[in-house]
This record gives sequence, C-alpha cells and structure tokens, in this order.
Amino acid sequence: MAAFLQQLINGVSLGAIYALCALGYTMVYGVLQFINFAHGDVFMVGAFAGYYCAPLAAKLFQPQSALGAVMVLLTSMTVCAALGVLIEKLAYRPLRDHPKLTVLITAIGVSLFLEFAGQKFFQADPKPFPELLPHAQYNPMPNLVISSDQLIVMGVSVLLLAGLHFIVRHTKLGTAMRAVAFNPQAAALVGINLDRIISFTFALGSALAAAAGILYAMNYPAIDPLMGVMPGLKAFVAAVLGGIGNLPGAALGGLIIGVVETFVGGTAWSAYRDAIAFAILIVILLVKPAGLLGRTEVEKV
Amino acid sequence: MIVAESPILALEQCTVRFGGLTAVSELDLQIGGHELLGLIGPNGAGKTTVFNLITGVYPPAAGRVRFRGHPIHGLPPHAIAARGIARTFQNIRLFKSLSVFDNVRAAFHPPLFQGMASAWWRGREFYAEDARVSAQVREVLGLFELDKLAGTLAGELSYGDQRRLEIVRALATRPQLLLLDEPAAGMNPAEKARLMKWIQFIKDKHQTAVLLVDHDMQVIMGICERIVVLDYGVKIAEGTPAEVRRHPRVIEAYLGEDHVGD
Amino acid sequence: MKIGPKSGLALALAAAVGGSFLTPRLDAYFLNILIDVGVNIILAVSLNLINGYAGQFSLGHAGFMAVGAYTAAGLSTLVSANLLARFHGFEHSCWAFGCFLLALLAGGLLAALTGFLVGAPSLRLKGDYLAIVTLGFGEIIRVLLQNFESLGGARGLSGIPPWATFGWVYGWVAIVIFTVLALVHSTSGRGFLAVRDDEIAAQAVGINTTQYKVSAFVIGAFFAGIAGGLYAHSKQFISPEGFGFMKSVEIVVMVILGGMGNTAGVILAAVVLTLLPEVLRPVAAYRMILYSLLLIVMMLTCPRGLFTALGERAKGWLARPKNGGPP
Repeated sequence: MAAFLQQLINGVSLGAIYALCALGYTMVYGVLQFINFAHGDVFMVGAFAGYYCAPLAAKLFQPQSALGAVMVLLTSMTVCAALGVLIEKLAYRPLRDHPKLTVLITAIGVSLFLEFAGQKFFQADPKPFPELLPHAQYNPMPNLVISSDQLIVMGVSVLLLAGLHFIVRHTKLGTAMRAVAFNPQAAALVGINLDRIISFTFALGSALAAAAGILYAMNYPAIDPLMGVMPGLKAFVAAVLGGIGNLPGAALGGLIIGVVETFVGGTAWSAYRDAIAFAILIVILLVKPAGLLGRTEVEKV
Repeated sequence: MIVAESPILALEQCTVRFGGLTAVSELDLQIGGHELLGLIGPNGAGKTTVFNLITGVYPPAAGRVRFRGHPIHGLPPHAIAARGIARTFQNIRLFKSLSVFDNVRAAFHPPLFQGMASAWWRGREFYAEDARVSAQVREVLGLFELDKLAGTLAGELSYGDQRRLEIVRALATRPQLLLLDEPAAGMNPAEKARLMKWIQFIKDKHQTAVLLVDHDMQVIMGICERIVVLDYGVKIAEGTPAEVRRHPRVIEAYLGEDHVGD
Repeated sequence: MKIGPKSGLALALAAAVGGSFLTPRLDAYFLNILIDVGVNIILAVSLNLINGYAGQFSLGHAGFMAVGAYTAAGLSTLVSANLLARFHGFEHSCWAFGCFLLALLAGGLLAALTGFLVGAPSLRLKGDYLAIVTLGFGEIIRVLLQNFESLGGARGLSGIPPWATFGWVYGWVAIVIFTVLALVHSTSGRGFLAVRDDEIAAQAVGINTTQYKVSAFVIGAFFAGIAGGLYAHSKQFISPEGFGFMKSVEIVVMVILGGMGNTAGVILAAVVLTLLPEVLRPVAAYRMILYSLLLIVMMLTCPRGLFTALGERAKGWLARPKNGGPP
C-alpha cells in the first residue's frame, strides 16, 4: 500500500511537470493547428535561465529563500515568454498561410537550433542545478517519503493551472484566445487582433514550459541542452492523449503519462520506461484519435 | 411522375447524423438507369451530404444504399468508385501539382500490385499498356476540348477549365452513375450553356445516369427530367420540373415563409 | 541512341561493380566518405518515395534503417561467421558474397515488414500526427534494441565483417533510384502523387489510398533496411544511439533540401549534406547550428526545396531568348 502510494505521488509530481508543458502544445495547437516542436527546448531554456539567475537571486535575497526561488521562477518564465513570442514572430508568422508540413519542418529546425546553440553556449555536459530551497522530507506513514520538492512541484503546478484557468475563462485576452481557437476568420472579423492573440498564446505557453523546466530541474538535479527533448515529446503525447486543443485534457494527459511511466519504472519493464509514452500515443491515436476529452471532428468534403 | 422501372441507385430510408445534428433523415431516392435527376434545396438542406452518403465518405447511421441491386453502404469510397459511381466536388478537388493529362490518367490506374510489378519490370506489355492508356486519356480530353491543355498543371487552369477537368476525370473512370456537385457554380451564362450541352451529351453518348446538384434553377430546370427537393435533410417534393416549380412546400422552403398548418 | 531505363540500370550496376575494382587504390578516408554518400542516397531516395511522392511525412526512417542494420549485422556475426570458417580462398569469397546478399535482403525484408506493421494502422493519420507516430515508432525500436542483449544492447554490436564495398553500395544506389523512378513514372505510380495531392479525390477515382500509402511505406522501409545493412557492414560497428531521432531528421533534411518529389534534387542534397560536415570541419562547433539555421531559412524562403527552386530558375534562364528581350 505504502509502495503504491509512493509511486503514485512520484508519478503525480512528474505528471504535473508534463501537464504544464503539455498545456503549451495544446494552446498553440488550438490557435494555429500545428505542433510546436521547439516547445520542449523552450522548457530547456527555462531551466538554464533559472540556472543563471539563481546565483543572482541568492545574492539579492537570502540563499535558499522563498523570495529568491520566486524570483528565479518569474525571471525564467519572463525570459521564455519573450523567447516564445520571438520564435513565433521570426519563424512561424511568415509561414502562417503555408502548408502545415512547412511549419512543422521549420519548428523542427527551431528545435535543433535551440539544442545546438545550447550545446555551444551552455556547454554539452550536464550541470548541477542550484538548490533553490532547503530540502525536507516527510514521513506520513512507514515506507512513504514525500520530499518538499515534490510538494512544491504540485503546489506550483496547481497555482499555475488555476492562474491559467482564470486567464482563459475570465479575462478579455483569454476569451479572445478561445474565439481564435474556435474560428480564426470569424474572430478576425469581429475585430480580434490575430497576431496579438497568437503572440499572447505563445508567451503563455512558453512561460508555463519555463516553470515546468525549473520544477523539473529541482527534482532531477542535472540539466543539459538536450534535457527538453524527451519531456517535450512526452508532454506532446500527453496533449494528444487528453485531446489536443483541450486544456483540461492536457493536464489530465500529463498526469496519466507521469503516473504510468513511474509505475512502469517500478516494474521489471523499467528499461522500457522511455518507450511507454509512445506506446500510449500509438494506442490512443488508433483507438480514439480525438483524445480522452477531445471531440471528433468530421472532415468537410 | 416518372418512376424509373429499374433504378440503378436506390437509397432506402437513409439517415446521416453528425453528432446531434441529423443532416439527412430517412431519405428514399431512386435514380433510373439513364436518368438525369436533379437534386435541389436551400443551403444546408443536405444535398452534398447525400453525395457523400452515396460515395461512401459518410456511412449512413441507418438505411441502405443499393447500386445495381447490390448494397454498397459501408464500403470505402474507392470501392464504390470502382463499382461505377463517379463524382465531382462542390469545392473543386483536382490533383493540383499534376498535369491535366495525369489527372485523367489517374482514373485509369490498374490494380496496384500488378501495376507496380509491371512498371518495375518495364517489359513490352508495360509500354503497350502505357500507350493504350495515353490514347484513351487523349481521346476523353479531346471530347471536352482539353487536349491542348494536357501538359498544363491542373492548379494553373482557369476556374471553368478546372470544373471541366473534374468532370472529365470523373467520366474517365467509365461510371454508370455520375454525381455532379454544383458544376455550374461560378460560371457565366455562356459557360453554363456549354455545360448543359455537355451534361446532355454525357448522358446520351455514355449511357450514364446523372445526379445533378445545383443552385442554378435555369440549369436544373433546363435539363433534368425529374427533380427531388430536399429541405432540412427531408425530401419535401419530387416530380417533373413543372410539378416541382408549383409545389407549395418548395415555394415555402425557398421563400422561407413561416407557413403554419397544411 | 536512346538508353532505356532497364539498360540504364544494367549500365549503372556494371559501373558500380567495375568501380569496385578501382576503389582499393583510393585513400581510405575518401572511400569512406564515398560509401557514406551512397548509403545516404539510398536513405534519402527511399524516404522521398514516402515523404515526397506519396506525401506521408515520416520521421522514423532511421528506425527502419536500424531494423535492417541489426538484422543483417546479427546474421553476419552470429550465423555467417560460423559457416564461413569452413571455407577458404575463392570458395570463401563466393560464400561470403551469398551470405551478405541474403543478410541484406533479410534486413530489407524485415524492415519492410516493420514498415507494414507501422504503416497499416498509422497511415490513417494525417500530417503532423503521422510524423509524431513514426517518430514514436523510431524511438520504440531504439529502446527495444537497447535492451536486446544478444545484439549488444546499449553497448552496440561490433565485429561486423567489412563487406560493404563500393560496388555493393552503388549497386543498391542504382537499384533504388531505378525502382523509385520506374514506379513513379507509370500509370499506377501516378497514384502516389494523386494520393499526396488530394486523398478524397483519389478515392473518388477508385484509388485505394491506404494500399498506396502502405506500399510507399513498405518499399521505402525496405530500402532503408538495405541501407542499414550496408552501413553496418561498412562501419563494422553499430549502436542504437546511431539510429535515433537525429538520424531521421538528417534524412528528412536531405529530402527537403532536394525538394520533395524531386529525385535528382534529393540525390544532390544527399551528396552535399554528406560532404558538408567534412568541409565544415574547421568550424565544427558551429556546424550543427548552421545546419539548423539552414533548415529554417530554407523553409522561410523556398519551402519546395533549394534544388527544385534552383532548377526552375536555371530552366527559366535557359528558356529566355538569346537577344535578351522579354521571354
């Protein structure tokens, strides 16, 4: 029982990170109908922004203080929001009326660029991520250990999800975003500035990816320029699993992938851990391509 | 009312639903072997859905489709096409990056594995077959005055030529039933007149039944022998052009009157 | 005199075998690059059938290459080695030839079977979804190989006999080019392009689009498997890491640079992109950054492929009247 709970908690805290990342894929897919392949690398840049900001934060505030950690988080989110907007403006916007495949290939190019530029400028070797907050462990029952980092991951994720929900549901920008996702032409006709909304979507998604990057780095102490590849792909799988374009679906998908992966990691099949997300992807696309919470759309002929 | 003695196509109580929306409801429809049947109705009446139902793009939620007596509902679109039903599309669908010639040639494709084996081996029979297909493509292009454009990419044709090519490509599959979805859309009066002449020609020369959807009453009334009127997925009238024109429910549907009680 | 396609293939095969006798005099480094070029041509031309002609965007070509490489190398190291120990001299050479051919074909066929298993269910998906699923399959194959201990697991498989000579590689280059061109330039082969342009219209003229897409996948995977076998028998060492996502992307970039559905362009791109890293050796640190930038800039400026665009410009230039007046 304790072992099961332990795995569940580990899985949920990993899944929360996937969920944050998956939201970015789903939001961009919602407004532009394409897979932003570079999203996982924005996640990586987020972790590195935190890495370089942490010493500064430690100098400004107390080392390992809550305020310092918040500063690291917010700085990294801001940097990545700007990066996301920049990527969209330079690489994707000129291609908006091109075939989806052209944009997808460009996105792969952007992803490779961030990875290789990262290897050049951050160096390819893994770096230990600074400890933003003091570690603590709790033993609510025998054989069950919950670390403070796991609690932070879950807490921050819930806060960010709530914030996102508020923005999407209760602000003018969020409403405009949903309008664009629903029907871009109609949204443009009623006077919504498409470019602005798309920029905003990228900013929002990239900021969440940055937060995910920081949380990931806190739990898995070393960071490197290729760290975003696998979590990025898995987060994408999570978005498809939940129903691409569907925000609660992305969160749900992230949690499921995280939990399943953790449980598989605890069995004799642990060597296949990295393949499990793809197996899930293939099954879901064959069985229910619209995803768990997505709606099936009929192609117009 | 003219009733076809042996219908080539029969829809029996067909229903198509999209989620909660019923696009076509318990429709009965018959087309005679050499008939030119018109299908009209206001926007959103379900005309294109009927085409997609017949050609297997959307399977019926209920009901049956029989072609030459055999059920075809549930078959994939390519299998239905192979049985002898060809169509054009409301929003022209050509192979845009292929030449006019290749667009029509695609309709002559042999069974895939046999075709690929022969193409790979490149024996004498391959070249003989190639020449035979080329001759047939040129012939059918010639009938519709597209032979001079054979080398042009389909995507570079004028709108009218694209519509015409789509009809030629459909005809090249040698169908027994041809479905034309708004072929006159966007044509000027002269082009429309030519189109009507061609449709008549297809029907007579190729012994093909034709189901024609169009908004242009002049075209429909001008060439169709019988007309079926749909509104909200339900057949509201059926008969000769003169009968349909006078039918109160047709007038009501087209004028959008809020007519109560009849 | 006009040379028919079949005589062309025969000539190319003869040239490859003939070249094989000359290559031992070549510098080993140079010969190595030549072989790499050949293997990459096979990969790019076969992927072009899937991505370019049939329009099914696959990001898993390296996975098929891995299946072929491991099958062929496994047969050569585990089975053929024991068998060949019994023969000497000329007899040994003959048996080695036969063993290699069978190993390659087995690799190709198993890769084709994998292509069928991957393609049949997933080709219902479109565009970017298909790309992700094929990527996922490639990754699954890699993870499976990492755990396949009898074939070296994550450490890789070494001691593969160096059988992939110039003649073998360029013989297969000739076969793959002939096959793809012969298929595409035929009435049934036009169906691949029809499926790419408009699936619904293709079905409406009776084309079984699934059958076409799966066939493209299977044929492409077969040649990727052959390329894998050749690669294994030239490098003499393979590891699962060598067949990852990056390798798939590399092949995709060749197809895109050459222009999807433009076989000549794709061959040229495979040559250029294999030589480029050698030329860029002095700026190796920036090489991959340049590579990715090239991809982005190309998509923004000429998404139909650099060589397609250049080819059209050259054609337009040649077609211009000599006196310099308006064309």
